[in-house]
Amino acid sequence: MDLIIFTLAVLDGLAYASQVFMVAVGMTLIFGVMRILNIAHGGFYAIGAYLSAGIGLAIASAGLSPWLHLPALVIGAAMAGGVLGLVIERFVLRYIYVKEEVLQLLVTFAIFMILEDVQRLVFGVQPYAASSLVDAMGTINVLGIPYNAYQVLLLPGVAVLTLVGLRWFLHHTLLGHLITATAEDREAATAMGVNANRVFLLTFTIGTVLAALGGAFAAPTTAVQLGMGADMIVLSFAVVVTAGLGQVEGAAVTAVLIGLGRSFAIYLMPELDVLMPYFIMMLVLLVRPNGLFGTVQTRKI
Amino acid sequence: MRGGRFLLLGVVALIALMPLFAPWSKTFLVLAIAKGLAVLGIVVLLRAGQVSFGHALFFAASAYVAAFAARLLGGGELLTLLVIGALGSGVLGLLVGLFVVRYRYIFFGMLNLAFSMVFYAVLEKFYHYTGGSDGLILSRPSVLGIGLERLPFEYTLFYVALATAAVLGWLVHRYLNSAPGRALAAIKTNETRLEYLGISARGTLLVAYVISAMLAGVGGTLAAVMQGLVTPEYAYWVRSGEFVFIAILGGAGHVLGAFAGALVYEGVRMYLAVLAADMWQLLLGVVLLVIVLFASEGLVGLWHRISGRFAPAGREAS
Repeated sequence: MDLIIFTLAVLDGLAYASQVFMVAVGMTLIFGVMRILNIAHGGFYAIGAYLSAGIGLAIASAGLSPWLHLPALVIGAAMAGGVLGLVIERFVLRYIYVKEEVLQLLVTFAIFMILEDVQRLVFGVQPYAASSLVDAMGTINVLGIPYNAYQVLLLPGVAVLTLVGLRWFLHHTLLGHLITATAEDREAATAMGVNANRVFLLTFTIGTVLAALGGAFAAPTTAVQLGMGADMIVLSFAVVVTAGLGQVEGAAVTAVLIGLGRSFAIYLMPELDVLMPYFIMMLVLLVRPNGLFGTVQTRKI
Repeated sequence: MRGGRFLLLGVVALIALMPLFAPWSKTFLVLAIAKGLAVLGIVVLLRAGQVSFGHALFFAASAYVAAFAARLLGGGELLTLLVIGALGSGVLGLLVGLFVVRYRYIFFGMLNLAFSMVFYAVLEKFYHYTGGSDGLILSRPSVLGIGLERLPFEYTLFYVALATAAVLGWLVHRYLNSAPGRALAAIKTNETRLEYLGISARGTLLVAYVISAMLAGVGGTLAAVMQGLVTPEYAYWVRSGEFVFIAILGGAGHVLGAFAGALVYEGVRMYLAVLAADMWQLLLGVVLLVIVLFASEGLVGLWHRISGRFAPAGREAS
């Protein structure tokens, strides 16, 4: 393989990894704190993408500057994700923490199904494409190869900012400490006066906002269509499980690993691109059953 | 319990007679039974507290095995296809099982999902062999050497499906109440204690996994023969999710719940697809939420609660 293909594969892989990371990090955070694997996460991702594409198209048809799309998609996605997260945690999830793990999983599956149809009813079945922001940002040269700046700079930038921001929030603010304490030992944290319900509400909302943002930032680079939530959910599951459940930094490393694996597969063995994430996941789990960064859980006797 | 047994016989008889009065219902019932068998596979694993989010893998694998076998045998024979399909998914179940029984809970579920997604992708990509997303046509097999016309064949298939479901349902019931079945339940309650008793948890789960794969396989072959077409859609993760959904709807851990759930699910789906084509998924989601939040025992639990209310005092409904 020559240098051009190698560079292209790396750039594609990093752009892709950034998109996946935005969804996976929220999912792993929610699992770490609430012990719930949130299937509905794909729905939040898709809704963020639809909103962003809708906003982008509205801006384009109004003849406004495509740059306006950037702040608009952030605000739109954050609001949509925030409202959905608050409502779903408060009025559905709050009642299932006492139930069996399998039932919790099914509840988020049900929410995912409901959200899919909501998208269909609100946005219809035709795909949306709003790429004026990508065009407006132009291309930059990487080792002599022109590549669009949106994917090579903005997407990884947003992902790194999210990771650094989340780390700072979890380790250097009071709210963050409350969240990590609850994740570590819910009982002890409650005994110390932490309101676990509020921590759960906050964590879930942060997760949904991140997923919606991930979708919103992904929208300008692809056609937004039905089923994108399902594909993303399966992929980010792979990332989260490979990293080890609840590992925020691990999710970043694994997203890059899987993103690169997939993009190299696209250039070298196009038939295998869809399989690549699962190959990586199976390989990792064969060697490390709890994921790359996961810890062994103590067993009760 | 005796009243329940009579009721069960009554319901089975009712279902057996249904296509005679409502000919349209046989397609529907065969598909419901086929899904019910796959759901039964989920129920077996749920006994151990494990949930597979990729059981459509075995549903699809046996359907494709049956389609290939029918092509090789030049049409094939219904019962042979059922056996070959079940064996095919059984072998695949053993291979996948050797890997996944080392994991529990979410890892178990997600690894199953991963395997089914890999299989789905293979079916789509290697279209020279699998026909890609168009799938493979499975021509109508003969029954005991007799080539049947469409209508008599569908009736035959229905009764074969019903008989298969009854026999397999009874066998699974026996299995769950046998020593290996009890060991399976112990994996859910306390795996370490099971190991201290000298019973291999992995071995127990592997047996259950192969059984569960073969059940899904029989279901997949039935569905494929009924529809005359197998597509990668059979392996899609939404279908796996559907199986788990039905298992919970029917009441996790009950043999009868699997079939009751499948009948109700398919029925509701059929009407919703007509009445509210763009919203049936939404309505199913709401139903699922209501079940989990307010009746987590499923249909079987609901039935027990209702019958328990009318039962004579001092006798627990069971």
